[in-house]
Amino acid sequence: MEHKQLLIIGGGPAGLAAAIEAKKNGVDDLLILERDACLGGILNQCIHNGFGLHTFHEELTGPEYAKRYIDQVNEHSIPYRLNTMVLSIDDQKNVRFISEQGIEVIQAQAIILAMGCRERPRGALNIPGFRGAGIYSAGTAQKLVNLDGFLPGKDVVILGSGDIGLIMARRMTLEGAKVHAVAEIMPYSSGLKRNIVQCLEDYHIPLFLEHTIVKILGKDRVEGVVLAKVDQDRKPILGTEKEYACDTILFSCGLIPENELSAQAKLEMDPITKGAIVSDSLQTSVDGIFACGNVLHVHDLVDFVSQEASLAGKKAAEYVLGDLKKSQDFVSIEPKGKTRYVIPSKIDLKNGKEDVVVRFRVGSVIQDGAIQVYIDGKKIVRFPRRIMAPGEMETITLKREWLSSNPSSIWIESE
Amino acid sequence: MYDIVIIGAGVIGCAIAYELAKYQLDVLVLEKESDVCSGTSKANSGIVHAGYDAKPATLKAKFNVDGAKRIPILSELLAFDYKNCGSLVLNFSEEGKETIQKLYEQGIQNGVEGLKILSKEEVLSMEPNVSDHVVSALYAPSAGIVCPFGMTIAFAENAADNGVKFIFDTPVETIEKKENGFLINGIYASKMIINAAGVKADFIHSLLEEPRFKIQARKGEYILLDHSASHLCSHTLFQLPSEYGKGVLITQTVHENLLVGPTAQDIDDKEGIDTTTDGLEQIQEKAKITIKDIPFSQTITSFAGLRARGNTGDFVIEESMDNWIDVACIESPGLTSAPSIASYVKEIVVDHFDPSLKEPYIARRKGFVNTKTLSDSQWNDLIQKDPRYGKIVCRCESISEGQIVDACSRSIPARSVDGIKRRVRAGMGRCQGGFCLPKVMEILVKQYGLDWKDVHKSNPESGYIIQKIKEGMKDDGT
Repeated sequence: MEHKQLLIIGGGPAGLAAAIEAKKNGVDDLLILERDACLGGILNQCIHNGFGLHTFHEELTGPEYAKRYIDQVNEHSIPYRLNTMVLSIDDQKNVRFISEQGIEVIQAQAIILAMGCRERPRGALNIPGFRGAGIYSAGTAQKLVNLDGFLPGKDVVILGSGDIGLIMARRMTLEGAKVHAVAEIMPYSSGLKRNIVQCLEDYHIPLFLEHTIVKILGKDRVEGVVLAKVDQDRKPILGTEKEYACDTILFSCGLIPENELSAQAKLEMDPITKGAIVSDSLQTSVDGIFACGNVLHVHDLVDFVSQEASLAGKKAAEYVLGDLKKSQDFVSIEPKGKTRYVIPSKIDLKNGKEDVVVRFRVGSVIQDGAIQVYIDGKKIVRFPRRIMAPGEMETITLKREWLSSNPSSIWIESE
Repeated sequence: MYDIVIIGAGVIGCAIAYELAKYQLDVLVLEKESDVCSGTSKANSGIVHAGYDAKPATLKAKFNVDGAKRIPILSELLAFDYKNCGSLVLNFSEEGKETIQKLYEQGIQNGVEGLKILSKEEVLSMEPNVSDHVVSALYAPSAGIVCPFGMTIAFAENAADNGVKFIFDTPVETIEKKENGFLINGIYASKMIINAAGVKADFIHSLLEEPRFKIQARKGEYILLDHSASHLCSHTLFQLPSEYGKGVLITQTVHENLLVGPTAQDIDDKEGIDTTTDGLEQIQEKAKITIKDIPFSQTITSFAGLRARGNTGDFVIEESMDNWIDVACIESPGLTSAPSIASYVKEIVVDHFDPSLKEPYIARRKGFVNTKTLSDSQWNDLIQKDPRYGKIVCRCESISEGQIVDACSRSIPARSVDGIKRRVRAGMGRCQGGFCLPKVMEILVKQYGLDWKDVHKSNPESGYIIQKIKEGMKDDGT
């Protein structure tokens, strides 16, 4: 059987950054497996700008941002396979994949999972009504418009205010469609504030918070949609229904990490993020399998995906070269207050050297609040925040010196 | 002039076409939708019922028990997915014991083999996730599950392979009685008509005269869960009808999803296949009686179908006018009964025409490639012959371009996105076509030389694309 030091599953932003960093850190025998026809992943269809502000301090489009990494992959002569999909992984790190060359198996010393995420489809939301044409996940519509060059409809209603939905509200408007409404079941948007302003408000597209779709009309092709206000339990309130004539409905109701392979490899999973449980080296519960990017937890900004993936690449290189010692000496990081989850959820006290970047989301909107770090029950630091919202990922850095006492508990509290 | 026109390409029409294709008869199937299996046949429980449910001495009882015996044999011959998983009717009350006993006796009378009444302990050892409120159950080892699309398409393809003609997108609007037969829509002349028009069979009959039966559309809604939930049960789990109503079933499907439903709601609109807030809630509530913790968060889709509920209490299968056979009011257990009904209808036709057997006759059908059941070396052989079998289009179900192209290259080819989905499952997985829809559309464009605007979900009214971007825009941007 063929062996490799490192396999990277996925050639999107996470996989590319991870591969580059692993190569820079001394791994030569590596391979990226990408299921699509080109590298870059979902960035290829994100033709709007706003990417790279943190990494490159300029505003790039998605394809431009991807190209910066693809160029580096080429400069470093990192091999990749396109149109190649991994079918299964086992806990012995045997990776079985398929392409037009056939089915192959490679036994990898280390694996970086970078498969990204998928959109939650209408069917998973139990939205009642007909199932005609004209119902799309926002990202599917984005591909049809931006990559295939087709307009899927002219009168649009969007359910969910995720970032792709907001971006597509603007995109469809620019292509001549009329976006009649964006409905969001929660009392707050799950998208970035800047997208609410730049994609909805600037185009006078109404956002209806605490609203959902109670009926989709049109047996063959969408003919309309009925929106209703919801109560505190997110149930539609009778009598608040309002019908909109439209030919298209886009769903932007959340992203789900694509972790079916992770389940096969028997990784321990986090029920909240739907991603793997990882340590500060982004290593999962199976030795030598690392995870980063949207397959680990869904990010808002690709810059942070790249940062996280670089760390995974570096740590995977350390693992391959024998520099990442196996450790039992972990302290877990617990989410407290309105913190929903934390990545990583444990820190290696013995071998870890670097400061630890902790990323998380809050469960509801917090005004004039703060993030507080408790180590062994003692408040170590307080980061004030004017506003925190579930739609915006929070990042803090834990200094390694705070951990020198070998603590037995760390809490991250958002209040 | 055709010998026979079958109206309706659902499972009944296609099963009859399959039976008649064995003879030297000119047979035409007329279908109002763009594909076979587009009505009731596409949205049901996919259950091969054992046959204890129907009243003895009814057509339902007779055809159910016989049909259940035929399906396993046909599934081999015609290569469609079937699994003999057995079923349990679960009883959750002391009073229910009597009904279980009655069902058992009814089953024996109907000729169902292997029936057994199980104690609570026996049920829980077979199905550990069932609620421990269960009191007893009727076990029917002969029950099974079948792919309703797979079976219908298999019948249709084999019929077409043997010369039966199918015409789609053709609703029957007029029927005239002629001296030696009928004239349909002023175009299609036929000596005999077989009315297999599903929920609209009463309307079709009424084009000539009022039928003795009426059909009420009864909506049934379902929730389908991802593969990850399919381990929840291994048998089809029915609820014994009780004070809470008829109950819902929970079953694995042949493709290892978990299916929960149906509701039962009489509606006036015979096109009313929309799901409802109430219906979807009801399913979730009722299913809890059988299994407490069903992970409905793993739902991938919900859908509704219409049963053709007759007012006679039984199937209506008869030569109601000269050279006119109604095959109507085919509600549950219609799918199970289809092969047996078809064989019975064939006898009537053979009596009329006394036709010779067709020679040569193609008895077997080559099924669709199911990569789930292929070994890697078999899959590699396929890829070597046609690399498109190594190019994955639908990532959730691992469906390759080769499989999709094959579905477009058969005697009843897939011509729409739904047609492909029902044949080879591209778009049937957890992302529900989120990733593969544009790719499947592209394959249809390539395969049939279509404009993207002419790619449909199902029928010609269900296009996806309005126009090219910037279409009609002048160079100055107006």
